[in-house]
Amino acid sequence: MISLLRRFSGRPATAPVARERLQILLAHERGLRGQPDLLGLLRAEILAAVSRHVVLDPDKVIVRMDRGPNVSTLEVDIEVPNAFEGSLAAAG
Amino acid sequence: MAKVLVVTSGKGGVGKTTSTAALGAALAQMGEKVVVVDFDVGLRNLDLVLGAERRVVFDLINVVQGVAKLTQALIRDKRLENLWLLPASQTRDKDALTDEGVGSIIADLRTRFDWILCDSPAGIERGATLAMRYADEAVIVTNPEVSSVRDSDRIIGMLDSKTVKAEKGLRVEKHVLITRYDPVRASRGEMLSIDDILEILATPLLGIIPESQDVLLASNVGSPVTLNNAASAPARAYVDAARRLMGETVDMVVPVERKGLMNRLLGRRAA
Repeated sequence: MISLLRRFSGRPATAPVARERLQILLAHERGLRGQPDLLGLLRAEILAAVSRHVVLDPDKVIVRMDRGPNVSTLEVDIEVPNAFEGSLAAAG
Repeated sequence: MAKVLVVTSGKGGVGKTTSTAALGAALAQMGEKVVVVDFDVGLRNLDLVLGAERRVVFDLINVVQGVAKLTQALIRDKRLENLWLLPASQTRDKDALTDEGVGSIIADLRTRFDWILCDSPAGIERGATLAMRYADEAVIVTNPEVSSVRDSDRIIGMLDSKTVKAEKGLRVEKHVLITRYDPVRASRGEMLSIDDILEILATPLLGIIPESQDVLLASNVGSPVTLNNAASAPARAYVDAARRLMGETVDMVVPVERKGLMNRLLGRRAA
């Protein structure tokens, strides 16, 4: 009956597309939900490692992840104060 | 024993407040003592939908902060003597709500009412998490539309992890209430079907509320749709849903299109 109605209305049924998109998306999102906060964990450990050598403002440590279809990228952006080079030279 | 039921959705505009008012009124009409609590601090509307907007003196935040007693803030419905409203604050910030404050109010309400219906704000922030925090049961209001179903799935995840019941290892009893269902569009394959939604959300169905002008007409005059036009399709669907909440077994009525064969073949919309 649905296909008959569709033939008369001239429009394709979009509900199956909606169902499929939702099933794929939710399978992905439910997988992420139970996991610990990966980015938060990475950020904390990177901050701890770098802080052993350089004094950092914790708010200036930014960890970002971009998910692509084939590869994902992890971007770590750490702003260090200008005294950094001096302290590195002293350590070296 | 009192039951705390949160009406929630994640997404806004799907019918949480309408459904809270309609279910609350239907339960009250069945003789239950009901309070509907508006958690949408800053954007309260339950008072308006219930026609009590001019009777609000004290609100939820006043009670949390000890400015008013609970009994001073409760507003009794003028039509149903078993139905009460605890309004949200319109002027305060949602941060004025605290976990402890909400917990003590809910505990107090449990001693006075059979049902405590918490109307959640949209979103997944503080207001929404506090509205579900002490719930025994949840009604997840969902439209047959991808973004609403996705947000419902997210809310179901929160009900299973962020409520007091979940933290104790117990389960919040969850029900999906599908609103704004349009049988014409569903039959054309233009709208997610009931089966699609239930399969995706894997949560039992409480009821199907058809898209209807009666819902808007009722909110225009500040009356729950179950009272304003009891014979209308959405009113009957809400009454059935309330009976299911009471534990009755009620056959599920799937709304059907009411059109002649010629209109159907020509694909015309119902007038």
